[in-house]
Amino acid sequence: MSATRRWLDRLHPQFAKGGRYEKYYALYEMVDTFLYTPPDVTRTSPHVRDALDLKRVMSYVVIATIPCILAGLWNTGFQANMAMADLGIASADGWRGAVLGLFGVDYEASSVYDSFLHGLSYFLPIYIVTLMAGGFWEVLFAGVRNHEVNEGFLVTSMLYALILPPTIPLWQAALGISFGVVIGKEVFGGTGKNFLNPALTGRAFLFFAYPAQLSGDSVWTAVDGFSGATALSLGAAGGLDSIAQGGIQWVDAFLGSIQGSLGSTSTLACLLGAAFLIYTRVASWRIIAGVFIGMLATSLLLNGVGSDTNPMFDMPWHWHLVLGGFAFGMVYMATDPVSAAMTDTGRWIYGGLIGFMTVMIRVVNPAYPEGIMLAILFANLIAPLIDYGVVQANIRRRLHRSEVTQ
Amino acid sequence: MEVYLSLLVKSIFVENLALSFFLGMCTFLAVSKQIGTAMGLGAAVVLVQAITVPANNLIYQYLLRDGALAWMGLPDVDLSFLGLICYIGVIAALVQILEMALDKYFPALYNALGVFLPLITVNCAILGGSLFMVERDYDFGESVVYGIGGGLGWALAITALAGIREKLKYSDVPEGLQGLGITFITAGLMSLGFMAFSGIQL
Repeated sequence: MSATRRWLDRLHPQFAKGGRYEKYYALYEMVDTFLYTPPDVTRTSPHVRDALDLKRVMSYVVIATIPCILAGLWNTGFQANMAMADLGIASADGWRGAVLGLFGVDYEASSVYDSFLHGLSYFLPIYIVTLMAGGFWEVLFAGVRNHEVNEGFLVTSMLYALILPPTIPLWQAALGISFGVVIGKEVFGGTGKNFLNPALTGRAFLFFAYPAQLSGDSVWTAVDGFSGATALSLGAAGGLDSIAQGGIQWVDAFLGSIQGSLGSTSTLACLLGAAFLIYTRVASWRIIAGVFIGMLATSLLLNGVGSDTNPMFDMPWHWHLVLGGFAFGMVYMATDPVSAAMTDTGRWIYGGLIGFMTVMIRVVNPAYPEGIMLAILFANLIAPLIDYGVVQANIRRRLHRSEVTQ
Repeated sequence: MEVYLSLLVKSIFVENLALSFFLGMCTFLAVSKQIGTAMGLGAAVVLVQAITVPANNLIYQYLLRDGALAWMGLPDVDLSFLGLICYIGVIAALVQILEMALDKYFPALYNALGVFLPLITVNCAILGGSLFMVERDYDFGESVVYGIGGGLGWALAITALAGIREKLKYSDVPEGLQGLGITFITAGLMSLGFMAFSGIQL
């Protein structure tokens, strides 16, 4: 037995029922189960024997986001360094400049070290604020309602931080995650009881409450005074030509060295995460395939229809795949097992609906340059209905079969 | 044809009666516990909307609007102040007649719709549909499409809400929020999801 285990076991009576810190049992339990597999097992039936529990599912999702985090950290710093070189700024100001100076960062865009640390100086504050604000609500609800704080929150906070723009004010990050955790999840009873993806709920709340900072019309580069349009806005204004004029190649967009949210620009990183999630069977490959096919079919259809006035009609599918948050949403958001459809056929339909809606919102709706977030939220609303339809169809088919055999 | 198609899409998704105008909330919240019932109510709303909006359109065009009575030789008469009471009367009367007709000729449908048919006489989504028709000055063809589309949008919203509420049976809602409280929050979150359509110009 390790020292930490012994320490936790020694503390246990203090937090158990009747102990001095009974009220804070949720906190103790959180630390305990984050570090060790909980010892409790189901004694009564029904009983599924499987190594894949909630803890492992959620931890695996966090692991799967690592490529996105790394790529995002580098890219955020890279974009900031590039912009600083353009604007002739020598170093970041305020505490950021002081801290980065300590590590010997000289804001060279070509240096991976400089870019990475510069990106980290934007990601860490946002992530820490997210963890603190969301964690506060999580622990509060767990303490009052006697349920556990589980790893689901780690996933929510990580995904949420990765889809925020690096320039977001920290109080907005705190407000968004509070809405996502409390209204999106905790009022329904916590992990597994909600019907919308909490991270996306928080993000959508911010999107509509503070469109100036979050609408995605202009780029989110972490330097004051830098302005420009995102790739999707460029596409909406002038099609592929203006994206090319903006200096964005397909490979850049695929690797993720374009302006965008903190961690969702790199399609390659998302695909690495997808491979891991599918291999470990944490994410449903049907949903991912459904989203992809839905996107493919819709963009091919719109390419075929064509339009004289709207250049987005001509955007081919491989551009839809790499721009904006499509890949990130497809891999990490759409596959959330709680808010997605539960039946296998339903997952295909659910995924297809997301792909279809994403492209439709990007192309047809001029109000929003990006569509994957709202597409997933909309599909979350319809998911129970899809499952209902699939189950009813199955019941009818089996009834029919039994009539035939009689 | 294209006008009608875009009006249909618009009235179902973009200007959803339940989730962007919050009309018909009482039935929307009360009768959405089960998908089956919600579908029945949705079907009833579609049917009634499809009949009452065009009927009210005819009344508005040929009796109520400013100068509508010109065909009777009274071009200076403006009866539009009677609009509200006329539309309500027409809706109530038509629902009654419809109920009798269904009972007589389509008993299966009548049984499926059950109590909802008389219930939605007082549904504000129905009256709202007629009032929007007047406000936006639809012609007869458009009002038929708008009636069907508005009804379908409302039916979609209530069925989706019922689906979510069936799923929420397994959730663990705090005591003070159980029942209507959580349903209000759910409806609000649904309308957040339906924001995906807002801003679409057709």
